[in-house]
Amino acid sequence: MSDETRITAYRDGPLVVRGPFRLEDQDGGEIDPGREVVALCRCGRSRIRPFCDGSHKLVRFSAPSTREDRRIAARPAD
Amino acid sequence: MPVLPVSRGPLSAALLAALSGPAPGLDDAEALRDVAVPSPADPFADEDLQLALYCAYELHYRGLDGVDAAWEWSPALLALRGRMEAVFEAGLRALVPDVGPAPSAEDVDLAIREIAAEDAPGLSQYLQRSATIDQYREVLVQRSAYQLKEADPHSWAMPRLYGAPKAALVEIQADEYGGGRPERMHARLFADTMEALGLDSDYGAYLDRIPARALSTVNLMSFFGLHRRWRGAIIGHLALFESTSSIPNGRYAAGLRRLGRDDEAAVAFFDEHVEADAVHENLATVDMAGGLIRQDPSLAGDVLFGARCLAELEGAWTGEVLAAFEAGRSSLLHPLERTPVAA
Ligand code: FES
Ligand SMILES: [Fe+2]
Ligand SMILES: [Fe+2]
Repeated sequence: MSDETRITAYRDGPLVVRGPFRLEDQDGGEIDPGREVVALCRCGRSRIRPFCDGSHKLVRFSAPSTREDRRIAARPAD
Repeated sequence: MPVLPVSRGPLSAALLAALSGPAPGLDDAEALRDVAVPSPADPFADEDLQLALYCAYELHYRGLDGVDAAWEWSPALLALRGRMEAVFEAGLRALVPDVGPAPSAEDVDLAIREIAAEDAPGLSQYLQRSATIDQYREVLVQRSAYQLKEADPHSWAMPRLYGAPKAALVEIQADEYGGGRPERMHARLFADTMEALGLDSDYGAYLDRIPARALSTVNLMSFFGLHRRWRGAIIGHLALFESTSSIPNGRYAAGLRRLGRDDEAAVAFFDEHVEADAVHENLATVDMAGGLIRQDPSLAGDVLFGARCLAELEGAWTGEVLAAFEAGRSSLLHPLERTPVAA
């Protein structure tokens, strides 16, 4: 297995983390995922955050897999 | 090993009678030629056919108690199984005549998600809100036909794949098999749940009570899994299976908690599936199904066919169970004794 960590953003779904990583709370306490590959919620609606529980489908969460750009174009200076 | 079940008609009677004797020689493909295979209007509700097929497939898993192991590759048995499979396949094609436009590798996840969105929440919502503990026990008994060998039918696909889709399948299956910890194996967690609810978790213990529709959902996986030509379909089956799991399993767990069962043994199987399948869904649809179609776009239609067949057979099964529950009937062929009341 490679020792590189990979984080994949899945379309309309979670961030999936593979490879060596440590997940912790803000005080440094470990959050044990209990599995090799984990899905981190990015819709905010999971009931087991930081993990995904599939709720993104119920709330029709939508996000691209690639980097998003929704910044509003700056108004031309007058 | 499951003991030989009781037959449910002339086909299963002939098969089970044959299986209690020695397997015919490898040069004898004709020994079961006179066994008639029916072509019922709905093969998936046919008790006789589904039980016979289930037993024929079981020889490739853990076998049947007292059955000569040589039956597994008996040409006579394979010929009979082939005739049963022809009826099974014709039934599938009647249920899913057309899968529509074949998806590309890049949008198969959307196509699978669309099928998942049609998944009727009926049974899981019923369990969450109104089921009794005895109805839970029935659902576990029904599911035990698959769940005690959970993931095994999809493992047949491994040697038929290569590269990226194979890596994704193995990644999923490693988790299904407990990631190296036998006590975390999903089949084991299911057995723990059965025991926590006062059921016998021995492999095959309830076969005689499990109706055709539940067996048909397992036969579907064995059929796709054991035939290399259906590798696209078994991958599509798994992709949809993983995509319709987290939310219903969350409801199953919530219903058990409503009934006061918050103990680890009772709920771990369902809790684990909420979390695991939120991961698996992505690997299964994008990396596995998408990866397979990228290698071989001609399999895209089969991937959807496998997913659609699952949706059909699963829908028919949940519909039948729910109808029984709503009518206050048992969903099993022979009801269980009621929950033993704790002293
Ligand atoms: S991303 Fe899946 S629940 Fe939030
Ligand atoms: Fe599982
Ligand atoms: Fe899974």
